[in-house]
Amino acid sequence: MSTMRSLTFDAIIIGGGGAGMRAALELAKSGKKTAVLSKVFPTRSHTVSAQGGITCAIASADPNDDWRWHMYDTVKGGDYITDQDAAEYMCSEGPKAVFELEHMGLPFSRFENGRIYQRPFGGQSKNFGEGGQAARTCAAADRTGHALLHTLYQNNLKNNTTFLNEWFAVDLVKNADGDVVGCIAMCIETGEVVHVKSKATVLATGGAGRIYASTTNALINTGDGIGMALRAGFPMQDMEMWQFHPTGIYGAGVLVTEGCRGEGGYLVNKDGERFMERYAPNAKDLAGRDVVARSMVMEILEGRGCGENGDHVYLKLDHLGEEVLNKRLPGISELSKIFAHADPTKAPIPVVPTCHYMMGGIPTNVHGQAIMQDADGNDQIVGGLFACGEAACVSVHGANRLGGNSLLDLVVFGRAAGMFIESALNEGIEYLDASESDIESAMKRINRWNESSGGESVADLKVELQSIMQNAFGVFRQEDNMQEGVKKLAELRGRIAEAHLVDKSGAFNTARIEALELDNLMEVAEATAIAALERKESRGAHSRYDYPDRDDVNWLKHSMYFPLEKKVGKRDVNFKPKTLDTFEPKIRTY
Amino acid sequence: MSMLQVSIYRYNPETDSAPYMQEYRVDTQGRDLMVLNILEMLKAEDTTLAYRRSCREGVCGSDGMNMNGKNGLACITSLSDVVKNNKLVLRPLPGLPVVRDLAVDMGLFYKQYERIQPYLQNDEPAPAIERLQSPEERDKLDGLYECILCACCSTSCPSFWWNPDKFVGPAGLLQSYRFLADSRDTATQARLTDLQDPFSVFRCRGIMNCVAVCPKGLNPTRAIGKIRDMLLANAT
Amino acid sequence: MVTNITNLGRSGLSDWLIQRVSAVILALYTLFIVGYLLFNPGLDYYTWSGLFAQAWMRIFSLLAFISLAAHAWVGLWTVTTDYMKSTGARVGTQLVIILAIFVFLVWGILVLWGA
Repeated sequence: MSTMRSLTFDAIIIGGGGAGMRAALELAKSGKKTAVLSKVFPTRSHTVSAQGGITCAIASADPNDDWRWHMYDTVKGGDYITDQDAAEYMCSEGPKAVFELEHMGLPFSRFENGRIYQRPFGGQSKNFGEGGQAARTCAAADRTGHALLHTLYQNNLKNNTTFLNEWFAVDLVKNADGDVVGCIAMCIETGEVVHVKSKATVLATGGAGRIYASTTNALINTGDGIGMALRAGFPMQDMEMWQFHPTGIYGAGVLVTEGCRGEGGYLVNKDGERFMERYAPNAKDLAGRDVVARSMVMEILEGRGCGENGDHVYLKLDHLGEEVLNKRLPGISELSKIFAHADPTKAPIPVVPTCHYMMGGIPTNVHGQAIMQDADGNDQIVGGLFACGEAACVSVHGANRLGGNSLLDLVVFGRAAGMFIESALNEGIEYLDASESDIESAMKRINRWNESSGGESVADLKVELQSIMQNAFGVFRQEDNMQEGVKKLAELRGRIAEAHLVDKSGAFNTARIEALELDNLMEVAEATAIAALERKESRGAHSRYDYPDRDDVNWLKHSMYFPLEKKVGKRDVNFKPKTLDTFEPKIRTY
Repeated sequence: MSMLQVSIYRYNPETDSAPYMQEYRVDTQGRDLMVLNILEMLKAEDTTLAYRRSCREGVCGSDGMNMNGKNGLACITSLSDVVKNNKLVLRPLPGLPVVRDLAVDMGLFYKQYERIQPYLQNDEPAPAIERLQSPEERDKLDGLYECILCACCSTSCPSFWWNPDKFVGPAGLLQSYRFLADSRDTATQARLTDLQDPFSVFRCRGIMNCVAVCPKGLNPTRAIGKIRDMLLANAT
Repeated sequence: MVTNITNLGRSGLSDWLIQRVSAVILALYTLFIVGYLLFNPGLDYYTWSGLFAQAWMRIFSLLAFISLAAHAWVGLWTVTTDYMKSTGARVGTQLVIILAIFVFLVWGILVLWGA
């Protein structure tokens, strides 16, 4: 492989979504030689689909709002396995990060006094849960993600960030010491494979919702960073925690923002009953997403679902009136007409809980440094490897993310990683260079596909993987089902290792990309499945029929999935915020 | 009759000396699918077919293409919107070099976007909180900031076909006006100076192809008119 | 900004304005001539040359000729820059066009004042 071209950067950021571009912006401003490597043009990243907003205590809707209240909600929302130092960092740094976005030009909606518009979202409270519903989600109509992503791209242009657009990262390159010193990447347009050398490699590759058959996620959300890190032998944290968004459009899976319920919409069953009043008497439709999703499934299972097959419920918005819908939720009206053939000013939208967000991911500290465990179970920093955004598990979302916290996570921790890498580079980072054999081993996977001469098709195997995950690891889970799922996945892994890439051409070969993505989906799916089987309790998004209660004695812990042994361990949750007292675990009701 | 006839522009620079149209037949089982669904079904059978796609809900702007003669996004264009006589013809966006099959080289398009300095410029020091903006001022950005850079408009514009290196094109101009209209931007004068030549803005002939194809229902022609008004007010 | 040296007003805005103003003048002139012809059905040479003997008509006509020249130059210049990608051919064509416009304009002035 000595003929392979190499590119050298101070920092390479893999992924051009919100987190990656926020990190890149910080580094570009510092003058470090940075590149963003993205498999799609950056504004096609999945951040663009975020709708409702970015939750942050900027004290606009309520001048007395306090980031500590936001932190309390976040910890409670995560069912107490949220790391409290990370939540503290996110909620307290948040306002700065949001104001920066506004200064960059993000077109937030406004209140009459000219300040940023904030709407109520699920799980939000004032005064540590005692002061009723808060309105803390800063919004640009219902296109906040789009506005945020474009703003970040624009500001990266302004600061002359180098973009490797439509490049696909194949695998991480590790040196003899086990540090990450770059990656193997492929230019999609030409098919050229290069060795990217870098002192800091940031995985900002987003989520992997495509492991499920029904998801709100973009087709590109295949967990590429997670796959790369797992193949490199690094552990994953809380991979069993997958958020099912209450309101995916029935059939299409397209997201309908929680902002609809924030603006006053609510869910009804086939009898027209506002059933959330029964499940969450106080917060009702604005309870945590896991709570609402489970309630919807209960309604459906108990025969009160809507439609011919009784397999969905309705989101009622018509009572909000045309003006609110046009002003505050224009994108939703559009999506609903296109994908549900329902005009929300007249008819309810058929919705069903749909896979939406991966709370788990690469464990990191608040600086984005990836973490592994030594033989005694102590945290150990992985040299050269960083992660931020959905790919990372810092963990501010714990077992269930609150709406609007993902965009905040992106900008706060993208920024933090950028700042940390800048200072680390200033202090000087020296790692051993990768040897020929280190590079060879990172090339193994792509070589395998390129040399394949027979076997099953990628498309078929992907469908199978998605249906295994959908059936065994959905909203409700149980032992026997999951065991069966794990077994099926192990067998599927063998078949994927033998699968066939028919088209070996170089130029814009999307078949090769889909093959490489399938490997990543497989890694994510298996990590999810094995971790889910291991966590014998119900907490947040992880809900088991056979263990219906939260078990704080054994599982007030992060799960750690170790890919080489395919074993699950535990990691302590951080209960030590720096500036305030610990939020002690309480029974979680809404 | 549920077998849909699909004819797709094919070109692989490594193996084809010239582009050609390939015929497929797809069993839609009478469902009113999106064009992207059809492509995904075909891709599962013929993996060599190349196109871009990402969000599949019309907000990322990846899958702009020419469907039965009209530019649009494959993911939010249903068969009933475009198919006539049971036939669907898919071509890459016109006027840009083809990379492979339905994927075009968007370089010129992006370059024009970058040219208009698509970022807020404000030379006053930023306050500790957000810059204030009244709802009325913010309303002026509606219909502008929603652009998804899919290039459906610019590649349906003859002026952009003839002068893609000099005419900014409807998408770039829409974004240019997005910043001209923003009460927080203070670079209005420099922006206008950059646009007063005979090509950047004035190649627009107002034929409104851009408006007819915009999948987000935006109106670049109106924005261009507003820029012209601003140029006129500025120079007279 | 895209630089260029062959367009009329050196700026897109002035070209655009020239094109619109000249179009209005040409429209008024055309309306006048058509109206004059309609209201003078049995028009003969003396009435016609009498009209053009008046100073205001000569000025109005000269204005129309200049407008036509400017309008033609802006329009044809645009057409050549749209469709002619070879610099040599484009500049050659532009020279021919400008020469023709010049000749027609001078000829028009000769007709107006030379009669």
